[in-house]
Amino acid sequence: MIYLDNAATTLYKPPQVAQAVLSAMENFGNCGRGTYEEALDAARVIYDARVRLARLMGCPRADHVCFTANSTEALNIAVAGLFGPGDHVISTDLEHNSVLRPLYRLASQGGQVDFVPADRQGRIDLRDFERLMTPGTRGVVCTHASNLIGDAVDIGRIGALCRERGALLIVDASQSAGVLDIDMERQNIDVVCFTGHKSLLGPQGTGGLCVRPGVEIRPWKVGGTGVQSYSETQPAEYPTRLEAGTLNSHGLAGLRAALAFLEETGTAPIHAREAALADRFYRQVRDIPGVTLYGNYQQEQRAPIVTLNLGDIDSGEVSSELSERWGIATRPGAHCAPRLHRALGTQAQGAVRFSWSFYNTEDETDKAAEAIRTLAGEVL
Amino acid sequence: MRERQNRFVVTFRTTTGAMAMEQLCHAAGLPGRLIPVPRAVTAGCGMCWSAPPESRDALEELVMREHLDVDGLYELLL
Repeated sequence: MIYLDNAATTLYKPPQVAQAVLSAMENFGNCGRGTYEEALDAARVIYDARVRLARLMGCPRADHVCFTANSTEALNIAVAGLFGPGDHVISTDLEHNSVLRPLYRLASQGGQVDFVPADRQGRIDLRDFERLMTPGTRGVVCTHASNLIGDAVDIGRIGALCRERGALLIVDASQSAGVLDIDMERQNIDVVCFTGHKSLLGPQGTGGLCVRPGVEIRPWKVGGTGVQSYSETQPAEYPTRLEAGTLNSHGLAGLRAALAFLEETGTAPIHAREAALADRFYRQVRDIPGVTLYGNYQQEQRAPIVTLNLGDIDSGEVSSELSERWGIATRPGAHCAPRLHRALGTQAQGAVRFSWSFYNTEDETDKAAEAIRTLAGEVL
Repeated sequence: MRERQNRFVVTFRTTTGAMAMEQLCHAAGLPGRLIPVPRAVTAGCGMCWSAPPESRDALEELVMREHLDVDGLYELLL
């Protein structure tokens, strides 16, 4: 099997990730709920994961790294906890439903949401952020890289604009954490939402948000925290503020192991390898008659994603053929990115997404390109 | 039960604060360990750093320097 659906979840992880999860399941007590060694070991590993994530994201404080189940949960917490009726928020056509649906809900509750449009190539114009900003704009919620076409957004430029206008910047780093440069300080980011199971190479069920000190997010979930137990309200201090209930310490032990791997290997070499594989594929398929590619492949910094269609064939059919005949795993359909598909004109056809990880090979990449060449020859 | 001793105790508002304290003390070679918060400080749960009283100055200097999320500093017979 050739796994090229890493933008959905990375299938192959460093072996120490699964080992850490198993060891945690066999040895951990409940983190923060006791001072015996088994509970402390869980708390120590979770704290170390916070420290590593803060370092990776340029978050000024490790105690402002808050854990959730995934980036969808993190984005829901950020949007619902920072904005309300009467607030104006700007987002983009590039977003995933994990951004869009919380924003549509905000709009239904009296918020005002505007979207920076994408053109038929999926490109946005950063000047549109400035055009849409009003004195009442409370924030911008923006992906760092599109999950559909891989195009990256210049977060630093948007961050500078937000800082100048007094608006908050929330970044969806689902496709970029561990791949593209993120520095909350330098890029003026207020909240980074991330998931553990994609490019961070950790287990599913791990994710979170890094919060700039001073940004006050209302908690949507309240409950047991292991501290301040006689208080009737959720503690105000991060990360406890956003972390009611027992944390997924087993999963977070795996994420911590993955973060250690990323630090030892270096995110730049990892990204260079993934980008080289995606580019190798792109160069082989771009001239095949009948292939339509989506996205800006001239970008230096982009997520390792190549998305295409063959003629007007249903993307699900193409993906199914790739799977059944060559054992190639790809993702067809809408990719939870309805606004971008509308912009690309692929709402009905969908598109076939190929996405790479550090563990893919040149041989797998060449076989996938050859499969597309064969299919194109058969049907067009 | 063991004999009671004077201890310098640092409490935190979050578990993360306590974990940061443990890591920093280990790195700096400062004494102490995490224990449940004694009822002489507050009812409820949570953990605190318990250390010999003679380490108070070094520990106070550490929590100030690192901006740790400290709730209180105490000298107690534990």
